[in-house]
Amino acid sequence: MNDPQMDVDISVNLLSLHLKNPVMPASGCFSFGKEVASFYDLGVLGAIVVKATTLDERLGNPTPRVAETAAGMLNSIGLQNPGVKRVMQEELPYLSRYRSLPVIVNVAGTAIDDYVDVTRQLSSSPDVSAIELNISCPNVKCGGIQFGSDPQMAASMVRAIKAVATHPVIVKLSPNVTDIVEMAVACEEAGADGLSLINTVIGMTIDLERRRPLLGSGAGGLSGPAIKPIAIRMVYDVFRHVSIPVIGIGGIMTGADVIEFLMAGATAVQVGTANFVDPLACPRIIDETREWCVQHGVRSIREIIGAAQPANGG
Amino acid sequence: MAPMPDVEVFAHETLGKDLYALTFASPIDLRAGNYQPGQFLHIRVSQSFDFLLRRPLSLCYADVDQNRLTVVYRTQGAGTRRLTACKPGDVIDVLGPLGQGFPIRAQDHRTLLIGGGVGVPPLLELAKQLRASGKTVQTVVGFQTAGQLMLVEELAAYGEVTVMTDDGSAGTRGLVTTALTAELCSLADRYYACGPSPMLKAVQQTMRVRNVPGYLSLEERMGCGIGICVGCVHAVYRDGQLTNAKTCREGPVFDEREVVFA
Ligand SMILES: Cc1cc2nc3c(=O)[nH]c(=O)nc-3n(C[C@H](O)[C@H](O)[C@H](O)COP(=O)(O)OP(=O)(O)OC[C@H]3O[C@@H](n4cnc5c(N)ncnc54)[C@H](O)[C@@H]3O)c2cc1C
Ligand SMILES: Cc1cc2nc3c(=O)[nH]c(=O)nc-3n(C[C@H](O)[C@H](O)[C@H](O)COP(=O)(O)O)c2cc1C
Ligand code: FES
Repeated sequence: MNDPQMDVDISVNLLSLHLKNPVMPASGCFSFGKEVASFYDLGVLGAIVVKATTLDERLGNPTPRVAETAAGMLNSIGLQNPGVKRVMQEELPYLSRYRSLPVIVNVAGTAIDDYVDVTRQLSSSPDVSAIELNISCPNVKCGGIQFGSDPQMAASMVRAIKAVATHPVIVKLSPNVTDIVEMAVACEEAGADGLSLINTVIGMTIDLERRRPLLGSGAGGLSGPAIKPIAIRMVYDVFRHVSIPVIGIGGIMTGADVIEFLMAGATAVQVGTANFVDPLACPRIIDETREWCVQHGVRSIREIIGAAQPANGG
Repeated sequence: MAPMPDVEVFAHETLGKDLYALTFASPIDLRAGNYQPGQFLHIRVSQSFDFLLRRPLSLCYADVDQNRLTVVYRTQGAGTRRLTACKPGDVIDVLGPLGQGFPIRAQDHRTLLIGGGVGVPPLLELAKQLRASGKTVQTVVGFQTAGQLMLVEELAAYGEVTVMTDDGSAGTRGLVTTALTAELCSLADRYYACGPSPMLKAVQQTMRVRNVPGYLSLEERMGCGIGICVGCVHAVYRDGQLTNAKTCREGPVFDEREVVFA
């Protein structure tokens, strides 16, 4: 069964995009790519998802903004970014040198009008392949999370964005909801082309000496290996109720984690916190994913998408 | 491709209570000279997910002949306590040296180094390099109490060292700023400071009054250490605007004139 010379195909098709492998860095965990480009050729990535972009520049939240927790971390960055104009002028053109690298821009805001305005501006950019609508940032007051926890509001947001977007629209869902399937279905019905899940799980840690929350803004978003089982369950449940592709995110550290998300139903995955631990995480995870396929006689990685679903005997 | 970060540990000494010096193979070739005092090493204390993030520790001493780096650290929480377990021969995961260090300026003759607590280690490599480029070095270091003193003799090899303690159990009682008299400062062309934020804020204020330019090395909690998480920011005033700079990449050392404290 395992022939080390076997040629395996780990490419996947996501929306209209062809990804040479299913692995892309997650928004906010890779900035706009320049820093990591000094560690490896970004061309090896399946795609890249850049930091959340808002209409105007945002300075973000007070420090401390990061804290380590058991098998994970909390962050409260608060969407610090230079605003869509400068992102289009100063950040995105750099990525065009990687010819076969799809660029997905994460869009955030406060009101529907902001999201629409940012999307409209991005729609004219030749450097953008798809838009990821961040309706799930837990770190800003009115930072989109209200759209991410109410199916009706999410649907009206998606409709407004689809009306102006010229690129495929992926909606990034929050795990901080009672029923993730209801949210997913509402977004699909409103016209979303794909879903990515999950964003961070709201959490808090207390500084015992100071007797107050450690993070400057109190609560933050939990990420890393600690949240992987939550994400797997959500991908697994959403997959059965929608027909648009799902991108799995949450705690991916190894190639085996990628395989686990694909078996749950994800078409592709995003790697977040692992990039902070190891700048070379993405290329290593891609190699491990390919190696897993070789070891298990899987000729095309597309065979295992949804393999753990009941309909497939899982 | 950047050098792979796995390096061998050569020595791990106990310098005092809760105080350690860890020496390991440099991840970069030091003879090429592309490192600066004030830069930091970002170290994984264990491969376990329980210590997911790296710990930033300042480059304290570079042994160019042997291509080895030393960091000096005080155990703080579980991560630095875990680090104490590593022994000579072990392999550890070290990224760096990272960030912008202390610039050494050709026109300066007399320098003043100011350190507080675990902000003292980077001053050793700095003092060494300043002396090597022919400048005089005066150092003022502050600690809470006598038991926390570190690197005082080592620093004394490069110039006079004044020790301050909060409780007076060693050196003179008082904060480092107490030692920054008009007389002492009149002998300095430039200062270099590293320590906790309240100390740096007080040093910045005092040295502005004394009219001495300088550099501050800031301490913020870090996620990645390479500029991709935007966790480590500090307020700076630049091009007429208040903005947030990443201390891991644009710092940890900043020109005193642009640093804004809350
Ligand atoms: C640029 C820089 C250089 C430093 N150089 C030195 C040095 O040379 N010697 C030395 O003893 N210490 C130094 N420190 C402080 C050192 O990084 C912390 O003491 C250490 O990270 C604490 O880790 P821990 O696991 O023991 O504590 P924990 O509290 O368990 O750590 C939990 C998390 O918080 C972070 N953290 C906790 N305290 C600090 C702190 N004071 N500063 C930054 N992050 C913190 C940790 O990195 C970790 O991510 C430096 C800090 C910075 C930012
Ligand atoms: C420091 C940090 C910043 C983040 N910023 C964003 C962001 O700007 N937009 C977004 O949609 N998600 C953001 N996220 C969420 C991640 O993209 C990802 O959904 C989450 O961290 C879970 O994946 P992980 O466990 O692999 O990190 C951020 C996460 C972290 C840790
Ligand atoms: S620590 Fe991540 S940007 Fe500085």
